[in-house]
Amino acid sequence: MSNTNKSEWPLWEVFIRSKAGLDHKHAGSLHAADAQMAIENARDVYTRRMEGVSIWVVESSNIHASDPDEADSLYDPANDKIYRHPTFYNLPDEVKYM
Amino acid sequence: MTVHSFQEHFDSLIDREVTIEPKDWMPDDYRKTLIRQISQHAHSEIVGMLPEGNWITRAPSLRRKAVLLAKVQDEAGHGLYLYSAAETLGVTRDTLYDQLHTGKAKYSSIFNYPTLTWADMGAIGWLVDGAAIMNQVPLCRTSYGPYARAMVRVCKEESFHQRQGFEIMLTLSKGTDIQRKLAQDAFNRWWWPSLMMFGPPDAESPHTEQSVRWRIKRLTNDELRQKFVDVTVEQAKVLGLTVPDKDLKWNEERGHFDFGAINWEEFWNVVKGNGPCNKQRLETRKKAWEDGKWVRDAAMAHAEKRKARKAAAKAA
Amino acid sequence: MSNKKSLLDYTLRLADGGLILGHRLGEWCGHGPVLEQDIALTNTALDHLGRARSLYQYAAEQFNQLPADQKTNVFTSVSIQNIISSGASIDEDDLAYLRDGWDFRNELLLEQPNIDWAYTVARSFFYDTFNYFFFTALEKSKDASIAAIAEKSLKEVTYHLRWSSEWVVRLGDGTDESHARMQKAVNELWMYTGEMFIMNETDTSMVGEGIGVDLAAIKPLWMARVRAVLEEAAIDIPADAWMQQGGREGRHSEHLGYILAELQFMQRAYPGMEW
Repeated sequence: MSNTNKSEWPLWEVFIRSKAGLDHKHAGSLHAADAQMAIENARDVYTRRMEGVSIWVVESSNIHASDPDEADSLYDPANDKIYRHPTFYNLPDEVKYM
Repeated sequence: MTVHSFQEHFDSLIDREVTIEPKDWMPDDYRKTLIRQISQHAHSEIVGMLPEGNWITRAPSLRRKAVLLAKVQDEAGHGLYLYSAAETLGVTRDTLYDQLHTGKAKYSSIFNYPTLTWADMGAIGWLVDGAAIMNQVPLCRTSYGPYARAMVRVCKEESFHQRQGFEIMLTLSKGTDIQRKLAQDAFNRWWWPSLMMFGPPDAESPHTEQSVRWRIKRLTNDELRQKFVDVTVEQAKVLGLTVPDKDLKWNEERGHFDFGAINWEEFWNVVKGNGPCNKQRLETRKKAWEDGKWVRDAAMAHAEKRKARKAAAKAA
Repeated sequence: MSNKKSLLDYTLRLADGGLILGHRLGEWCGHGPVLEQDIALTNTALDHLGRARSLYQYAAEQFNQLPADQKTNVFTSVSIQNIISSGASIDEDDLAYLRDGWDFRNELLLEQPNIDWAYTVARSFFYDTFNYFFFTALEKSKDASIAAIAEKSLKEVTYHLRWSSEWVVRLGDGTDESHARMQKAVNELWMYTGEMFIMNETDTSMVGEGIGVDLAAIKPLWMARVRAVLEEAAIDIPADAWMQQGGREGRHSEHLGYILAELQFMQRAYPGMEW
């Protein structure tokens, strides 16, 4: 479907850190004429209820995504590498806080 | 994979209640139905700003004024979340606006009724938002990921809307005779249109079965409507208001309230554009959009000038 | 004027400014040029309204503590006189909804109509710039309540100023049409900017008490900031012109009457009820 209006403000993806110490998480998207406005719009749209302490915006056209049809080759190989997970390792009960 | 196997894969995801994401293969019908439903919902949010926006300048106290502003603003936010969800399906917001402005796209008919008194702010919050929540909560688990995530956000914010509406009604019902009259009058006018919000009866609703399978819809129109009646009748008792339906009666056998016939002729007429405010609402939206064009163009032009200047400075 | 009355007058002026501008910005809700900015402007309206409420609550507190014989000659409003003679106290809503225009103390600039996005931006820009320097100074007020409100407001105002300055530049340095509209709005609203810096009896008294702000000291700061932003926007600064005044003394433009007719409709049509 084509864009009926060439002057439509570009689309931006918004990532918000909800509190110090957490990762930025995708919150949604919005339109803005430039990055500065995108950050301000994100503040006004996505943090109206004190949901954030830090905002990232990325123009949606700059996002490169993996192809879901290749999901098998991308993610399945990780399934059998359980040694990457801490529960793989048996520790004596006396060992605490590890 | 062949189209056939794509379809099989998609069906199996749906059957296993796995969420569909934007880049996943999906049947054309699914995409089209979603775009229609999500954009219709988004349009309802922004057209829905108008009947309540009507009273922002006339709210009777500073607290009510602030709450109403915040509420109508939330509706803009909800519209925005939903347009964004629709955009992940490959349609632009401008295109969707165009469909709204040309009358190609529909929005919830309830917003074609006028807000005549302050009590309407209470009735809308209580009944219209109440009905909307009932429609929307099941959609938080809908099959399309961006839609489901938008709905989670919407539903979280929506509960404040219904509460503030009920609080307005409660204040009126505890007030003077005139205030109780305002409350009952608003209830009388908004009750039936609210029941119509759940859409035509299941027997006449061709999309329902497919939509339920796709989890675009999770309960049928009639199921939701009954649920709404059962809950709201009890709430009306708390307010001391009379449900404007002489056929309303508890049915022991069904365990539900029976209610009178809905005027579907009125419903279809309002859908077709013959409601009291259809023309006014659409004109207002169009005017805002057209009057805003030079502003949007200016911001874009400025952003481009800036970019060019930056590039020139880098090159130098 | 007694110091108590000066403080009440001062508090009300700041409250009225917040209410009237908040009301005007609220008129945009649902009618903005783009959804994102509709939401942004409503946030700002809510900030102004929130500040007004804190100030009205403080003003009501001050009023209710006045000796009975002094209460009757503060406001001309019949409804407020009725409350006083019944022995009841007044609250934030009585101040917002029951006074007539001649008891409103806001600057004329703030009641000017929205007209278009450029007027709205220009009006906010002039006031936001003023507020930024004003509240920066008011944070040091000897009146603890005023200082606390100033501290909270300064955070909000800093953002308002950023928003309105950016839009002045965007429109001024956007398209030919937006430039022309921005220039026109600046030209036509310019005559309302002088009033913000006039020191009347209330101001002199409040500065003397260490409560209020010396507006003469704010003016050059305001001018420098306005000049810088307008220059970046390629907007000409209007030549020195005759400045309108009267808002702070209760002599308003015709616009205020219509604002109040809408704002106060419910309280006038259904007096004495809880909402």
